[in-house]
Amino acid sequence: MRDDTMTTSPKKAAALAAFKDLPREPGVPKPDPILIADNVVRRFGGLTAVNVEHVEIQRGSITALIGPNGAGKTTFFNQLTGFDHADSGEWTFNGRKMNGLPAHKVARAGMVRTFQLTKALSKLTVMENMRLGAQGQKGESFFRALVPNLWRGQEDEITARAEELLERFKLDAKREDFAGSLSGGQRKLLEMARALMVKPELVMLDEPMAGVNPALTQSLLGHVKDLREQGMTVLFVEHDMDMVRDISDWVIVMAQGAIIAEGPPDAIMSDERVIDAYLGAHHDAPLSEEELQAQLHEAEAALEAEAEEETAK
Amino acid sequence: MDWLTILTTTVHAAIGWEAVVYGLAAIGVNIHFGYTGLLNFGQAAFMAVAGYGLAVMITVFNAPFWVGIAVGLAGAVLLALVLGAPTLRLRADYLAIVTIAAAEIIRLIFRSVYFKDIFGGSDGRRGFNADFYAMNPYPPGHYGIGPFGFNERTMWLLTVGWSVVLLSCLVVYLLMKSPWGRVLKAIREDEDAVRSLGKNVFAYKMQSLVLGGVIGCFGGFFYGLYNGSVQPDVFGTEMTFFAYTIVILGGAARVFGPVVGAMIFWVLFVFIGNLLAELVANGYIPFMTSIQVGPIRYALVGLGFILLLVYRPQGIFGDKREIAIDAR
Repeated sequence: MRDDTMTTSPKKAAALAAFKDLPREPGVPKPDPILIADNVVRRFGGLTAVNVEHVEIQRGSITALIGPNGAGKTTFFNQLTGFDHADSGEWTFNGRKMNGLPAHKVARAGMVRTFQLTKALSKLTVMENMRLGAQGQKGESFFRALVPNLWRGQEDEITARAEELLERFKLDAKREDFAGSLSGGQRKLLEMARALMVKPELVMLDEPMAGVNPALTQSLLGHVKDLREQGMTVLFVEHDMDMVRDISDWVIVMAQGAIIAEGPPDAIMSDERVIDAYLGAHHDAPLSEEELQAQLHEAEAALEAEAEEETAK
Repeated sequence: MDWLTILTTTVHAAIGWEAVVYGLAAIGVNIHFGYTGLLNFGQAAFMAVAGYGLAVMITVFNAPFWVGIAVGLAGAVLLALVLGAPTLRLRADYLAIVTIAAAEIIRLIFRSVYFKDIFGGSDGRRGFNADFYAMNPYPPGHYGIGPFGFNERTMWLLTVGWSVVLLSCLVVYLLMKSPWGRVLKAIREDEDAVRSLGKNVFAYKMQSLVLGGVIGCFGGFFYGLYNGSVQPDVFGTEMTFFAYTIVILGGAARVFGPVVGAMIFWVLFVFIGNLLAELVANGYIPFMTSIQVGPIRYALVGLGFILLLVYRPQGIFGDKREIAIDAR
């Protein structure tokens, strides 16, 4: 794994430069957005799970989407990728309208996601998992599938590409094993490698670190950074703040369905709005001894007044 | 004890018309359930539509034999489309409920009094296989070795039947080795993952439903052609469940699993039935009457499959490693 924590790579520098002078407001326009979403709303009965007015994702950057539990991050993810329909709103990817498209067409357009609960295809081998990711396969049409000569050449190319990726993700020794026999972290790696077989422009990772053995965390982080180095854009949902600080160029914070703040990772943690969202607005209100006494007196007085009223009746 | 009869009927069962009919039904179920993970509990309906398509076209409309076959096939495809369109977007268990209900609806329509002029009510239709046997190239006689063998009519049916079975196996083999089959197997594992990789899951499920239904519907043709008749109650849920048992017995998602499963299933079924009948007739089992043999045979076969699932859940051809993954 390349060590780019010490030296800033050119791609990282470019991403940081793009974000340098941006105001830290929700929905701030980016210099070169790959994904633009407007007025995305999703309601479950009376609950508004997602209500995003405007957001842009900068091309070639690693953007983190954070927020407390129930903030609507995954629901928003599901909508953008066609796994859940939105009640209203529209979004474009590379200028192409994406709202209303089914999930498989979103993926074909170059926007590929992974899942919070890893979806390794257990009873397929690691290699078959990888091959499945390739697009435009001739052998995936029913009639051409019956004539192996029509697709064998392409299959060899796909296999070669899959082998390259497996090697990069250190899964090449496992290529003939069932995906179901891999460890949690290896499955995450496989899922990411498989997503790359699609040749995406935007990789959307839903909690890539959830359930990963700490020993594999560093390797996984390296792979995420590597995606940017290869010219891809990454948007990820994560709870692990260390990871967010370590790899993201820009952070978008969601709470109660809406985007409440944006900013660079080192500054966002001290943002008033973010602290309020995570810990509650009054978490740090001073509660000194005198104040406590005063509050107690107030409460007692109120109770006495009530008791007097009762006896008066 | 008439051991010779027991032996010959058992051998005949292994390669007889039942193995062909149920083998084809099971190959279809194997595509649906074994490879794609679709719980289609309406396989009998595909066979019924095919059998009745053939029978009704010939007996009621006086159409030629091949028109009957074409109508039967078209019926199976249409049934798959109609059944799949609203349900394939649902979760697997809903498909199971809808297909079992649809199969019963179709059976009840075939046996209804209202349509008696077309489908013949509960008596069904008979007398439509003359054209098929007119094509028989075998001269009359006995074909086989000693007591084992068939007459020329059965020989003809079995020749065509096993050819279709082998052809179906070849198609399944080619498809399941291809990227197309890989998508199907991936859908069985997790369809959301397949969607996220840019595959149109609905279209693949539909193709699987049509293919399995069409292969299964040949079972309906051969049932009608051998027996010379179709009755609605033959195509009940029992037929579907036999097909599922055969698939699990042979090993799900294995090319020859359903074929070998069908052979073993009928060998066991016939052997146990005839053995019990002989034992009872000769007074070896004094507490049973010959009428009780039928139900007891079912009970024993059922017990056998329970033991199979306990001790060899992957079936004859299955891979134990795959079952181990499910248990994780």
